[in-house]
Amino acid sequence: MGKIKGSEAIIQCLLEEGVKTIFGFPGGAVIDLYDDLMDSEVKHVLVRHEQGAVHAADGLARVTGDVGVALLTSGPGATNGVTAIATAYMDSIPMVILTGQVPTPLIGNDAFQEVDIVGITRPCTKHNYLVSKAEDLVPTLREAFHIARTGRPGPVLIDLPKDVVASMVEFDEKKPIRMQNYQPTYEPHMGQVEKACKEILKAKQPVLYVGGGVILSNSNEELTTLARKLNIPVTMTLMGLGGFPGGDPLSMGMLGMHGSYTANMAVAKSDLLIAVGARFDDRVTGRIDAFAPHAKIIHIDIDPTSISKNVTVDIPIVADCKHALTAMNSWLASCGENLEEVGATHSAWIETIAEWTKKHPMAYLDEGETIKPQFVIEKLDELTGGDAIITTEVGQNQMWAAQFYKFNKPRRLVTSGGLGTMGYGLPAAIGAKMAFPDATVIDVAGDGSIQMNIQELATSRQYDCPVIICILNNNYLGMVRQWQELFYDKRYAATVMEVTPDFVALAEAYGAVGIRCDKTSEVEATIKQALEAVKKTTVVLDFRIAREEGVFPMVPAGKATTEMLLV
Amino acid sequence: MKHTLSVLLQNKPGVLSRVTGLFSGRGFNIESLSVAETLDSSLSCLTLVTTGNDAIVEQITKQLHKLIDVIKVTDISEGEYVEREMALIRVKAENTTRAEVLRVIDIFRGKVIDVSPKSYAVEVTGSASKIQAVIDILRPIGIKEIVRTGTIAMARAPKK
Repeated sequence: MGKIKGSEAIIQCLLEEGVKTIFGFPGGAVIDLYDDLMDSEVKHVLVRHEQGAVHAADGLARVTGDVGVALLTSGPGATNGVTAIATAYMDSIPMVILTGQVPTPLIGNDAFQEVDIVGITRPCTKHNYLVSKAEDLVPTLREAFHIARTGRPGPVLIDLPKDVVASMVEFDEKKPIRMQNYQPTYEPHMGQVEKACKEILKAKQPVLYVGGGVILSNSNEELTTLARKLNIPVTMTLMGLGGFPGGDPLSMGMLGMHGSYTANMAVAKSDLLIAVGARFDDRVTGRIDAFAPHAKIIHIDIDPTSISKNVTVDIPIVADCKHALTAMNSWLASCGENLEEVGATHSAWIETIAEWTKKHPMAYLDEGETIKPQFVIEKLDELTGGDAIITTEVGQNQMWAAQFYKFNKPRRLVTSGGLGTMGYGLPAAIGAKMAFPDATVIDVAGDGSIQMNIQELATSRQYDCPVIICILNNNYLGMVRQWQELFYDKRYAATVMEVTPDFVALAEAYGAVGIRCDKTSEVEATIKQALEAVKKTTVVLDFRIAREEGVFPMVPAGKATTEMLLV
Repeated sequence: MKHTLSVLLQNKPGVLSRVTGLFSGRGFNIESLSVAETLDSSLSCLTLVTTGNDAIVEQITKQLHKLIDVIKVTDISEGEYVEREMALIRVKAENTTRAEVLRVIDIFRGKVIDVSPKSYAVEVTGSASKIQAVIDILRPIGIKEIVRTGTIAMARAPKK
């Protein structure tokens, strides 16, 4: 192709990688790139805050599995993106973040809008680059996409000095990328697969513990096959929801701090825990020595550092979940055992589990016309047929969405799991809607967290990207308030939102539709109205919910997961 | 337990800070660290001494390996290996002690590398314990300045 301008080369690289939409915010250091972007096939979405750009690209990546791309300017543009980059890093989301940088001769001189963003993001990216030479530009972009989407995915940042972007660079044909120092293990060790399968055949009380790795590797079908073939109950982490159908009789829902009674009891009593793409996070395990104390543990993960990091594992399998599960399924199918009979031996275990669910189902107390947030989520589930894309903010709203919406398919729940970033849901919803314009996208929000990135209402309006923002409004920072109620003598330090905007008027100010609802009997009609209105524009629902409603079950921090506070 | 890790890295700006950032961010110890280019100038070799139980050292090794710019990580203290440190010591050398300093340095097979009317600068190499022994002997005479390297280490060649 010969030499082309650096900025054009960047756009060519994006097109080469199949990128259709990027999210960003311009500034002096990226103005050349923006100039060329204007005439390119890549659609650029102008957000209202850089954090929103990176979250939106992250939302797009989570619903599609593609690499999300954000473009930020140098200095404050880049630092504003850091929270969102860390969010993607904690949840292993494939992303490429392009940041502008001051021209190379000025780097290190405290130039206007200069910041060492490569230094700042080193611990919260999978990898990052400062492109200091024009000839490195194209190879770096290609390598960045390769790193972002392979192995355990993650965000990769590329810092682009203004003079490099403006210079002429060679644009060669793309060749397959081979890196001596980066070769993730996809295929499982067959000896380990065999060992794991033998344990599975022997187990009396097995549990599948499924994390986000199953979603990231698109191995939900292989997982479902394994669970159903052998009649193994399944519990999912927040990131794993949808990896196995939530409505399936074998699903026990989420486990951990706000997991179901059934899931936590099953893990505690199991004799074999099969962890698939999960990382034994503290919110899942509770007190670590009381987690699955009777179980042998099989752990499938593509990242060797996840294995035996928190919990010592008996049979590690370092591999991509899809490859490992496929290998296990085929080993089991050809091992000569009658799998149906093996599955039938679990029936007593399944019965015990059913008893737990009967005793303590996911529930809440009816308070008449006072709206219960769980009821709102149940209605959302019912009226969208369980098939909407649900993004969430962070806190009680997130947990209620996870507990009461039945995620039957993967990539339907878009939530900041690891980092717990308030303000994630709205921009992520915009990213998801950009990817799937025909999907119903709902941001389940709280009145606290929605205010962290509410400016993105303008983005959703500008790009005709209508989403429903379902605010569960209790005038509190509810999750912290719940902790204060339970463990701090009801001293509500800094959790009372004494001033909250009129969300209906606010929606209208942005040209969106706002609907308030304060009676249980009107919840259904309100949601129906919203589902209709969202066909045209963004809708903000302001549900005035029971103010001091809590999220239960709850495992207090530092306790064993069997020590749950129940409804 | 003390472990000596040998880490092969890309010789590029910022790579060392990825390694040290990993240690500080995850709360691992660095007792000493020494890094320089290898025969292949695109790579550098870092020798790092750390402490921790087996689980921690396993995590350290895996986490290091996860860094894109890290090519190879070897815990060389798992097998037979040789290690060296170097110290440059400026020690008081007045009329009454000049001869004694030279004797001590000779015993430890050190070298005098700078001479002034009132001091010698000496170079000593050896294991960490040998360096410590030299320092302990010279201290009563009067050490004015000391500079030490981190450990560098190499696995022993197979005996066959």
